[in-house]
Amino acid sequence: MSVLVVTEQAGGKWHRMSFECLAAGQAAAGAMGCSLAALVAGSGVGDLAADLSAKQVSEVIALDDPVLGAYSPDGFAEALRQAVEQTQPRLVLFPHTYQVRDLAPKLAASLGRAFVSDAVGIRFESAGPVFVRQLFQGKLHGDVVVDGPPPYFASVQSGAFRADSVEDGEAPAPVRFLDLALDPSMVRTSSEPPFQDAKDAVDLGSADIIVSVGRGIQDPANIPQAQALATALGGELAASRPICDNGWLPLDRQIGSSGQTVSPDLYLALGISGAIQHVVGMKGAKTIVAVNKDRGAPIFEIADYGVVADLFEIVPALVKARGEVE
Amino acid sequence: MNIFVCVKQVMARDSVLRPNETGTWAVDDGVSFEMNEPDTFALEEALRLKERHGGEVVAITAGPARSASTLREALAKGADRAIHVEGNRYVESDAYATAQALAAAIRREPHDLVLTGLQSDDAGFGQTGVILAELLQLPHATIIMEIDASGGQLRCKRELEAGWFQTITLPRPALLTIQSGINKVRYATLMGIKRARRKPFRRYSPDELGIGEPVHQRVRSLYQPRQSKQTEFLEGSSQEVAEKLLNKLRFEARVL
Repeated sequence: MSVLVVTEQAGGKWHRMSFECLAAGQAAAGAMGCSLAALVAGSGVGDLAADLSAKQVSEVIALDDPVLGAYSPDGFAEALRQAVEQTQPRLVLFPHTYQVRDLAPKLAASLGRAFVSDAVGIRFESAGPVFVRQLFQGKLHGDVVVDGPPPYFASVQSGAFRADSVEDGEAPAPVRFLDLALDPSMVRTSSEPPFQDAKDAVDLGSADIIVSVGRGIQDPANIPQAQALATALGGELAASRPICDNGWLPLDRQIGSSGQTVSPDLYLALGISGAIQHVVGMKGAKTIVAVNKDRGAPIFEIADYGVVADLFEIVPALVKARGEVE
Repeated sequence: MNIFVCVKQVMARDSVLRPNETGTWAVDDGVSFEMNEPDTFALEEALRLKERHGGEVVAITAGPARSASTLREALAKGADRAIHVEGNRYVESDAYATAQALAAAIRREPHDLVLTGLQSDDAGFGQTGVILAELLQLPHATIIMEIDASGGQLRCKRELEAGWFQTITLPRPALLTIQSGINKVRYATLMGIKRARRKPFRRYSPDELGIGEPVHQRVRSLYQPRQSKQTEFLEGSSQEVAEKLLNKLRFEARVL
């Protein structure tokens, strides 16, 4: 019986969420009173395996094969399927990355198991783990259980566990390279190297103050009002995904899982409901202010200061009051 | 090209929700329903591919009786026919059960391309498409922003995290999950709504398709989110709120 944490890397570099997931794995192994294995998959992953072996883990599992040199759902799902069969874990944890969204449902389905995606918490009861998930765009939370035998598969949401809480081991953990039977012809898709569209992307990550707009802004003609507030506060203007999808602001101003992740001193959310995809990009902000007409909007769960009101009344008042202070 | 597009009917985005008595789902009395927004982009993409390359667009759902109206909407927008795997079990079902129902129906027919939205606005698993691909033994790619189907293969722009993209090539048949915002969705015309009434509409029960009732993951209790922070709500006239907030930000939070 063990917990298996599947980390993520690309080109020999760690995905930052790998260690958040390892923190979740350490907590899970502690709660279940069982061993913890950390897995890394790729081609030439010896150094990465050594990074993991310095952590508080029972062992490191390395899947090292040329077929895993670039990510493909076919290659990775098959490699992990073989790893799960060889190591027989009770709980398999992933970071909830784009790659895991592409991979883990396939892996779990191929083994006839469920995959609980994007958990924000895990509790352990005698019958098995209970996962906390956000439903209905974060309006409600649910305790989710999995019926049937282990292994249980789950991914943990960005920021739900702290990477800096990962404990180092007293002595390097052993690294086990698994024997895999992978045939390159099983990979049906091919991928080209990643690229970026926006060449002169705005780096919102360095902004101390961000004023961000969501669906509540209603019309592109209203964007200048939000810009005026950003200017008055000496901050940058940003947006949630639907605003950029509509072309009201350029994509490089988008905050969230598909855009930038920021942690400014002040994040002022105007008419943003607080869907998970947005919140993962900004919940690290020091102070969060939310202005929204809907008192039930999930953004208020994470706000330090909340204003339940029409943003078109509050924003001009803020600009005016700020001008008087200066 | 035979294109299947999977759609789901969900509670309208602005619905005020509370848990039902058993705590397994939200109360849907008096709530209006709509096509899951991410699926509207998948439907639009299917219609555009058909306009470019010919073929047929089949809209399919697994859902209770009420979800027929979402299929009618797809027909009104231009889908050629609809398939409804009808069952109340699909209201609260997990992604595996939904994918199993869709797979059972799609498997019976020739299919070159299967499209789904990225995720649903209710359960939000974000898994149905990928599981469906596995059950149909199709190659897949997720979070797609662009599809080039002009060659024998599919060349797709896949979104990665933090503003990065990647080109993926897949053989046909294949399954793609579509990123929201990939296109600008059309509205149904009056003529379209009229025509939709005469389009083929096939209804299956899960029994007819030989589907069992797999229970994989289920919501045991649903509740209002617990505050992760103590939010201080500011009240008063707009001017009062503005002044209070600026004071708080300067002297309490010290971020201005």
